[in-house]
Amino acid sequence: MVAQLLLKGLVMKRLATAFAIAMLFAFGAQSAWSQTLKAVKDRGQLICGANGTLAGFGLPDPQGNWTGFDVDFCRAIAAAIFNDPAKVKFVPLTAANRFTALQSGEVDVLARNTTWTMSRDTSLGIDFAAVNYYDGQGFIVHKSLKVSSALELNGASVCVQQGTTTELNLADYFRSHHMDLKTVTFATADEAVKAYDTSRCDSYTTDSSGLYGERLRLANPNDNIVLPEIISKEPLSPAVRQGDDSWEDLVRWVHHAMLDAEELGVTKTNVDEQLKSPNPEIRRLLGVEGQFGQSLGLTNDWAYRIIKLVGNYGESFERNVGQGSPLKIARGLNALWTKGGLQYGLPIR
Amino acid sequence: MTVTVRRLRVTARQTGRIALQAALVAVVCGLAYAAFLNATENLARAHIASGFRFWDNTAGFNISQTLIDYSASTSTFGRAFWVGLLNTLLVAGIGIVLATVLGFIIGIARLSRNWLVAHLAGGYVELIRNIPLLLQILFWYNAVLKALPELRESIAIPGGGLLNNRGLFLPHPDFAPGFGAVLIALVAGLAGTFALHVWERRRQELTGAQPQILGWGLALIIGLPLAVFALAGFPLSFSFPQVSRFNVVGGIEILPEFVALLFALSVYTAAFIAEVVRAGILSVAPGQTEAAQSLGLRPGATLRLVVVPQAMRVIVPPLTNQYLNLTKNSSLAVAIGYPDLVQVFAGSVLNITGQAVEVIAITMAVYLAVSLFTSLLMNLYGRTTAIAER
Repeated sequence: MVAQLLLKGLVMKRLATAFAIAMLFAFGAQSAWSQTLKAVKDRGQLICGANGTLAGFGLPDPQGNWTGFDVDFCRAIAAAIFNDPAKVKFVPLTAANRFTALQSGEVDVLARNTTWTMSRDTSLGIDFAAVNYYDGQGFIVHKSLKVSSALELNGASVCVQQGTTTELNLADYFRSHHMDLKTVTFATADEAVKAYDTSRCDSYTTDSSGLYGERLRLANPNDNIVLPEIISKEPLSPAVRQGDDSWEDLVRWVHHAMLDAEELGVTKTNVDEQLKSPNPEIRRLLGVEGQFGQSLGLTNDWAYRIIKLVGNYGESFERNVGQGSPLKIARGLNALWTKGGLQYGLPIR
Repeated sequence: MTVTVRRLRVTARQTGRIALQAALVAVVCGLAYAAFLNATENLARAHIASGFRFWDNTAGFNISQTLIDYSASTSTFGRAFWVGLLNTLLVAGIGIVLATVLGFIIGIARLSRNWLVAHLAGGYVELIRNIPLLLQILFWYNAVLKALPELRESIAIPGGGLLNNRGLFLPHPDFAPGFGAVLIALVAGLAGTFALHVWERRRQELTGAQPQILGWGLALIIGLPLAVFALAGFPLSFSFPQVSRFNVVGGIEILPEFVALLFALSVYTAAFIAEVVRAGILSVAPGQTEAAQSLGLRPGATLRLVVVPQAMRVIVPPLTNQYLNLTKNSSLAVAIGYPDLVQVFAGSVLNITGQAVEVIAITMAVYLAVSLFTSLLMNLYGRTTAIAER
């Protein structure tokens, strides 16, 4: 009798705990996505989702220091917030888990050469800040195949990374040109490139900027040529979660500050002298006049910090993917609008 | 005639227990429902699409091995799911067969009185089961691929096949309308052989004469279909694979990814099955072997007729475990690009639609269903090997 009463008591206690947990599940732990900037400042560090294997965009060097075009963008955000471009933690993400990492809050911003598409913008719960690289998809083939155009690839095997717009564009292109296609899909770009290198497939396809980077990693780079066709639009853009408009504004205007700096001729080396410039646009950009930094939740010298510690758009481009890098990609579509390209910095006023 | 009905007398104590258990079930269901509501609410707040409407959207991506018709432009995500599932079942099914055969051989070999055979089998088991499966898959894939020649230097297999690092290409059979009769003849031959087997067994029990099945069985299974084949006018032709500019066209294609995954899974699981078999055989009392030998049975017959049938009682439950492990381990196909369910559905479809919760839930449910079905079949088989109680 006593034992049974004790047993009932224990069970009741467990039931009560279970009930409490149930209540917690139902009503607790609502995500506070609108507080990203506050969370970053409290943490003292920005967490940035990056590629980890793509030369020129996001790649740690042998000493473990991350370099790349997207890496520079995250460093620019950190410079604007903390006045220290080193206060970033980079999380390498594959194409398969990059969106889940952003959606779940594991990273604050995703700067991983991600194409801005309608379905991603509307149904994943993320927003794209600004196109920081206009790219397009291309093919690389072995020279020994004597192919000079993508239209000659009827019946070829193509290695591709799964879960990317590349996979979809490839199928579309071959279908619209009535060509047969055999795809071999891999979870990571590394495996796809390795399979291409061992002739498991005839061609490898990815964004054109990535092709130049991957070619350097092949066994014999000169035995491979990049075909001239660009078969899709790939506007690469950093992404943030939906629902936090002020954080999205911050990320967007970091990009435009870098563009405006290049347009106005403000560089890493001359930014200190430019503080004394009489040009009202430069004065507003560098925070000598106006309170624009505060409207983003930052200090008024936010853009000065970015240019001083990271550089303007052109400097970052040339250093990572342009003439100052092994990739040697021309500005092309990514030139400033004044030079015939598509990069158009919005006015800071 | 009396009919006895067992009346269930529920005491107060039992009422209390039942009430508690019912309350616990209600709480668990409530927890699950609350979690489900919470998830859908959070997804809606984060503007992430939810629901299963994506099932009927166009897939848009290619799959390298499809056992059913599939096209990137017209097939849906639902179709891609079935393609992936069939690929998983294919590699799991063939893998289970190979692993069982190899596992039984190795397990029995380990108990051999021949020192070399026993230790070779032991070495195999110790080596294979201690290396992670992913490494073995990568080894087979790279070893299989690197060993094979490139497209231009394909190895020609007698009979019209081609072997290179894109895969194994076999002649594709084209069946003319008359082939159905040959299949019917084959089925009739198998049924006839089975009936003969049953009849001969009964004759053996009654008179003790040895069953004479082999000659007639061969005639029925091979001779009869061949005769029908010839009568129908040889309704079978082959289309042979040929090397073209980029690839091999024609023929049946067997991907190197499939072969690598199959071999790795079979070899790995065979090591575990070998130990299960060895345990089962050791569990049979030694008196059985001694009694069989004293009756004059040779070691092979002892094993086949006395020891293994009794060992199966102990072997079947852990064997079921290994079959389920093999099925789930096939999801490692992601590492080498074999389009199984995880790679196609929880990889490509998940990334294109972004609906992680639904896709992963479906994938988990499918694996659960496949595993439950496998263990159901194995339990049914296990009942036939149980010792008949009086």
